Amino acid sequence: MSLRLTIRPTDRRESIAQFLDKVGDFGRFVASFFRDGFRRPWEVRELLRQMDEVGTRSFLLTGVTGLAIGAVLAMQSRGTLIQFGAEAMLPNMLALSIIKEIGPVLTALVLAGRLGAGIGAEIGSMRVTEQIDAIEVMALRPLNYLVVTRVLACVIMFPVLTVWTDALGLFGGYLESALSSQIDPRLYLDTAFTSIRFSDVLADTMKTAIFGGIVGMVSCYLGFRVRGGTRAVGQAAMQSVVASSVLIILADLFVVRLSLLLFGDIAS
Amino acid sequence: MKPAVRIVDLHKSFGANEVLKGVSMEVEPGKTVAVMGGSGSGKSVLIKHVVQLLLPDSGEVWYGDKRMDLLRGKELDDQRLTIGYLFQGGALFDSMSVAENFDFVLDRHTSLTLAERKDRIEELLTWVELEEKFNASPADLSGGQRKRIALARGIALDPKLMLFDEPTTGLDPVSVRLVSDLIVRLRDELDMTSIVITHDLLCAEIAADHVNFLFEGLILESGTLDEVQRSDKPELRNFFGG
Ligand SMILES: Nc1ncnc2c1ncn2[C@@H]1O[C@H](COP(=O)(O)OP(=O)(O)OP(=O)(O)O)[C@@H](O)[C@H]1O
Ligand SMILES: [Mg+2]
Repeated sequence: MSLRLTIRPTDRRESIAQFLDKVGDFGRFVASFFRDGFRRPWEVRELLRQMDEVGTRSFLLTGVTGLAIGAVLAMQSRGTLIQFGAEAMLPNMLALSIIKEIGPVLTALVLAGRLGAGIGAEIGSMRVTEQIDAIEVMALRPLNYLVVTRVLACVIMFPVLTVWTDALGLFGGYLESALSSQIDPRLYLDTAFTSIRFSDVLADTMKTAIFGGIVGMVSCYLGFRVRGGTRAVGQAAMQSVVASSVLIILADLFVVRLSLLLFGDIAS
Repeated sequence: MKPAVRIVDLHKSFGANEVLKGVSMEVEPGKTVAVMGGSGSGKSVLIKHVVQLLLPDSGEVWYGDKRMDLLRGKELDDQRLTIGYLFQGGALFDSMSVAENFDFVLDRHTSLTLAERKDRIEELLTWVELEEKFNASPADLSGGQRKRIALARGIALDPKLMLFDEPTTGLDPVSVRLVSDLIVRLRDELDMTSIVITHDLLCAEIAADHVNFLFEGLILESGTLDEVQRSDKPELRNFFGG
C-alpha cells in the first residue's frame, strides 16, 4: 500500500453541482428558520446573552474603527475640498459618506469578521461534539435555542452598533479638523447635518439589520452543517466570514439601488 | 413480556457507505443489553435511530408500542423525554457550568422551583460522587468525570430507557468499574432499561444481561457475554482475542 499523498484534481462540474446543492440546502435552512423559529419556547434569556455577546463586546472594536476611519477620511478629503475652495463643506461630506455608506458597511464587515468566525466555530464545535444532538434528544429545539437567538441578536445589535460607529466616525472627523484647522464643534455639527435627511439616516442605519441577519444566518448554517472534526470547524469559521462579507456587499448594492428607487436621491 | 425496544431489519446508508444492513434486536424491559463491535461498525448509528437522531432507510424502530421512526412533533418529544442519552464524548454544554448543564433540562421540562432544582442537581451529583463539581466548568473536568456528569445529566428527568454510547471508553479501570456499577444500580434500583454500546469487556461483564455483537452492519451473534465470547466465528474470536 502506498502512503504517498495523491492530490486529486477538483472536477469543476462536480464543485458547481456541490455549490448549487449548498445554496439549495441553505434555502431550506432559512425556510425552516421562518417556519419553525418563531414559536414556543421563547429563549429570552439566551437572546439577551447573545445580544450582550454581539453588542457589548463589539463596542470597542467598532468604536475604534469608526474613530480612525472618520479621522482618515477628513485628512484625505481636505486637500481636494480646498482645491475647489470648499473646505467649509468638509463636515457635510464626512457626515454624508459616513452615515450613508461607510459607517453601515464598515460596521457590518468588521462584525462579520468577529461574529461570523465566532458563531461558525461555536456552533460547528457544538455539532462535532454532539451538543446539538444532545439538545434535540432533550426534546428541545436547537433552532430556537441556538439559531433564532443569534440571528435576532445580530439583527437588533447591528443597527445599534452602526449608530455608535457613525457617531465615533463623525467625532474622529471633528478631532482631525479641530487639530488641523480650529473648528467650532457647534458649527461642525450644524454643517454636518444640513444635507442629511432623517429618513436617510434611518434607512441607511436600518439596512444593517439585514446585514446582521445575513451574518447570523450564514454562520449558523455553516456551523450546523459541519461534519467531521476540528478541521471542519475551522473551515466553517473561515467560510462564515467570507460568505457573510461577500453577501453583505451584494446586499448593500441591492438595498442602495432599491432605496434610490423608493426614496429618490438626496439631490432630487 | 413485550420488549421495551424492538429494532426490525434496520437499514441505513450514508451515500455509498452502507452502515447498517438489516439489524434486528430486542431489549426486554428492565434489562441491560450491550452492543459490542469494532470501531466504525455502526454502533453509534444504531442507537441514534432509537431517539430519531437518524431516520432509517428502511426497517422499524419500536419503543414500547410506538414507532420511533415515524413519530413527529409533540409525540416525538413526549417519547424522547422518557429516554436518556449518554453521548460518546459526553456532549456537556461547555458554555455552561456543570449545574447549568442540569438546569438547562430541568428548567425547561419540569415545574420545579429554583431551590428544588438545586436539590435535584445536588442529588444527581451525589449519585455519581461528584457533588463538589457543582460550579465547575466542563472544560476543567477529567474525561472520566465528564462521562459521569453526562450520565447524571442523562438521568435528570428519570428516563425509563437509557442509551449509553461507550460509557467507559478511555477511562482507567477504577472509573470503568464505577461507571459500570452505576449502570447496574440504574437497573436494580430504578428498574431502568438500558442499551450500552461498549468495546469494554469489563463493562459488559459487570453491566450486561445480554450481548449483541455487531459486525459489518449485521448482528453476528447474540446471547450472554459468555455465549458470545465462546462463539467460534472467526470475527468474534478476533475481537475477543481468543
Ligand atoms: N451523520 C453521518 N453522516 C455520514 N456518515 C456517517 C454519519 N454518522 C456515521 N457515519 C459513518 O457510519 C459509520 C459507522 O459510524 P459509527 O459512529 O456508528 O461507528 P461506531 O461503531 O460507533 O464506531 P466507534 O466505536 O469508533 O464509535 C462510519 O463509517 C461513519 O463514517
Ligand atoms: Mg460510536
